[in-house]
Amino acid sequence: MELFSILVVDDEEDFVETLVNRLKKRTIDAVGVLSGEDALELLGKREFDVVILDIKMPGGMDGIETLKEIKKIQPLAEVILLTGHASVESSIEGMRLGAFDYVLKPIKLEELFPKVAQAFEKKDVHNQKIRSAKIKQSLRYW
Amino acid sequence: MKTSLYINLQRKIILIVLVVSLAPLILLGGTIYYQFAGMYKDKIEEQIRYRAKAQAEAVDVFLKERITLLNTVACTHTLSELTDEQHLSEIFSVMNSKGGAFVDLGIINNNGQQVAYMGPYDLLGLNYYQQPWFGEVVSKGIYISDVYFGYRQLPHFIIAVLRQENQNTWIMRATIDPDVFCAIVRSAQVGKTGDAYIVNKAGVYQTQPRFDGEILSKSHLDTALFGREATVIEQKDGQKGEVLYAGYWLKTPRWLLVISQEAAEEMSGLLVTRNVEIVIIVLGLLAIIMTTVFMTRLFVRRLKEADNKINAMNAQLMHSDKLAALGKMGASVAHEINNPLVVVMQKIGWMEDLLEEEDIQKTKNLEEYKITISKIDHHLDRIRKVVHNMLGYARRMEPRLEKVDINETLNQTIDLLENYARINNIDIQTDLASDVPIIANDQAQLQQVFLNLISNAIDAISKDGLIEIESRSTDSHIVVTISDDGPGIPKDQQKKVFEPFFTTKETEKGTGLGLWISYDIMEKMGGTIMFENKEGKGSTFTVKIPIVLPEKE
Amino acid sequence: MVKIPTRVLLVDDEKDFVEMLSLRLQEAGEKISAAYSGKECLDTLEKTNIDVVVLDIKMPGMDGMETLGEIRKRFPLVEVIMLTGHGSTETAVEGMKSGAFDYLMKPADFDDLTAKLEGARKRKDEQEERIRKAEATLLLRKGGNI
Ligand SMILES: Nc1ncnc2c1ncn2[C@@H]1O[C@H](COP(=O)(O)OP(=O)(O)OP(=O)(O)O)[C@@H](O)[C@H]1O
Ligand SMILES: [Mg+2]
Ligand SMILES: [Mg+2]
Ligand SMILES: [Mg+2]
Repeated sequence: MELFSILVVDDEEDFVETLVNRLKKRTIDAVGVLSGEDALELLGKREFDVVILDIKMPGGMDGIETLKEIKKIQPLAEVILLTGHASVESSIEGMRLGAFDYVLKPIKLEELFPKVAQAFEKKDVHNQKIRSAKIKQSLRYW
Repeated sequence: MKTSLYINLQRKIILIVLVVSLAPLILLGGTIYYQFAGMYKDKIEEQIRYRAKAQAEAVDVFLKERITLLNTVACTHTLSELTDEQHLSEIFSVMNSKGGAFVDLGIINNNGQQVAYMGPYDLLGLNYYQQPWFGEVVSKGIYISDVYFGYRQLPHFIIAVLRQENQNTWIMRATIDPDVFCAIVRSAQVGKTGDAYIVNKAGVYQTQPRFDGEILSKSHLDTALFGREATVIEQKDGQKGEVLYAGYWLKTPRWLLVISQEAAEEMSGLLVTRNVEIVIIVLGLLAIIMTTVFMTRLFVRRLKEADNKINAMNAQLMHSDKLAALGKMGASVAHEINNPLVVVMQKIGWMEDLLEEEDIQKTKNLEEYKITISKIDHHLDRIRKVVHNMLGYARRMEPRLEKVDINETLNQTIDLLENYARINNIDIQTDLASDVPIIANDQAQLQQVFLNLISNAIDAISKDGLIEIESRSTDSHIVVTISDDGPGIPKDQQKKVFEPFFTTKETEKGTGLGLWISYDIMEKMGGTIMFENKEGKGSTFTVKIPIVLPEKE
Repeated sequence: MVKIPTRVLLVDDEKDFVEMLSLRLQEAGEKISAAYSGKECLDTLEKTNIDVVVLDIKMPGMDGMETLGEIRKRFPLVEVIMLTGHGSTETAVEGMKSGAFDYLMKPADFDDLTAKLEGARKRKDEQEERIRKAEATLLLRKGGNI
């Protein structure tokens, strides 16, 4: 079974395809989409642990807008921004809006993975808390 | 060719200034001299003319006196009285004691016979009937002879008057003492070169001239040149040069009294004046020439220096323009490269992943594939770094203004690099002035500059050393210096360090963009960045940031 | 090491409770602000830098959940700890699902509260540290030099 799920959002099809393949090869549940709209649609249907989001997508929603929407739909999903040089500042802005971190394009998996792992861990810790809250609630042991 | 331009300019200026300042000086000097010389000459001529006239009058008076004396004696005595030797001798001595200058006295009857004679020679009984003057006395009543030798072989002249005594006519003749006469004339000789003499109408000397020729010889003067009034003429005379002659015709005989003077002597006063003037003018000229040359040299040198400065500034402007243009081009190229690079890197990664597949694991070239892929990966990584740096440059061209505390920015930057420095045993010491003002600037950009400079310093030292960071403020700038004790920058590299991609570091350690970017940032904010090698060892980079105070809120 | 105070905003409509709690927390070295309604809470966040909001779920007017939504939207870095009454754990879970750091049952055990405050503060620090690092690497450009 897959370790965790990642949604890759980028307008460069070759890139999305290859990255998804490489993630899948590492037994990660990876899905790729080519626009912010598609991403939101998918997030409305199913949960992802981590979203890797291109901050610059020509036409349609850009990364920051998509990020804000993602945080509304799935507040707990951790977002890692993919950024070119010209948009590092927007990515940092994105982190102030709740994105977990950013990576600079062209990315190397060695750089990406530790960040994905941290993001997942953060989410996992939080989920643990929610789970124990639920457990406490169902046991009503107080 | 540039220097010849300056030399030309220098020549032109000197020439113009000299002409403009010297011409009036020389003209003025010349005119004044000319005027003065004219006046001086007039004066001298006037003087010599006056002397000639006065002397001539004196001579005239002398002659008239003798004539009057002779007439008086002749008229108050009868022939018989005068032929009495005793009586004549008395009269002669009275004449000589009252008027004088008579050498002898003779009475000649109407036959030309000298009937009485008083004097040193033995002339009694001589007959003058044949002499030309005899007839003249008879017809005119008075006669003054030219100077002649006569019987006695001495130059002399005579005065003869006619006496009508009843039916009888006789002549009284006296010889004038030539010494006395000559002395009168000579008394007008003045100075070293002055002369005074008398010539007759034919130009024959009637008195002994001081210099030119003998009495009774012919002078070279053309008496026709002298008019009725006192006349001055100027003649060239062999060795003496210019000679001034003033002549005045005597009343009684047609003799010309001449006073001559060498112009040079008369003009010596003028010559002194002229020489003084020439000396003054020459000194003036020298002074003008020297100051002109000196000032012009100075001026041209200043000009040259100013030109050089402007040229250097232009060169620097061009240099920074070049850098900026290179930057923009580099950034846009890098951008174009980056997009495909993103994909290529994933594709290579994917191929690497695929090598793990079982079936491929069995191919015999597996190792080759792995090596090749990792090589490609490695070099892609190099491309990626370069592209990142280039794009880092392009990032945010427009600086944004915020309140910046330079000291704090420095401290933050040092924090970032402290680890890196500590690993290499490099000590970073700071001396930050507390009065450095808060300014409006772009903190990120400044931090970028400091970061580049400090990490360069660390790289330069490589291991074990000291970096000193200072800040201070002047009226208009905040000055930050970062100095290291590394090897310094070799001479041949000093011009290049600000150029993009110039690096002496190993291929993968430096891209050679750090200083270039820093230069550009400083340039854009109106500051400067400079370096110099330190005396002992290492180099110092100086950053000057213009002080722009933030607007009050 | 000197403790850096956590900037806490207490939000509850019960003034006595807020005053009592802020006294104790101040005693413990934290920096406390107080708000008595959801709206006041948002205004305070607008004006002051706050690390953690301790937010009562049940308030008249704008209630806790609504306030939480606004906080998440407008101040995503601020951590929120919810105060719930008995039997409202569902709301707490809901809150946590929309990003609240944790919850506390009223009346809260003071040690529990400080522990959770510290946890929230730590999570916020971590995010801020990442941002700081991101800014630093942005400067360093060298990617991995530091
Ligand atoms: N403090 C210094 N001492 C000696 N040499 C220096 C110093 N600073 C810069 N240099 C020289 O100037 C060159 C260019 O510096 P620059 O910062 O532009 O590029 P880099 O450091 O080589 O690469 P990058 O900064 O892009 O990683 C360096 O390679 C080095 O030779
Ligand atoms: Mg894109
Ligand atoms: Mg450098
Ligand atoms: Mg309440």
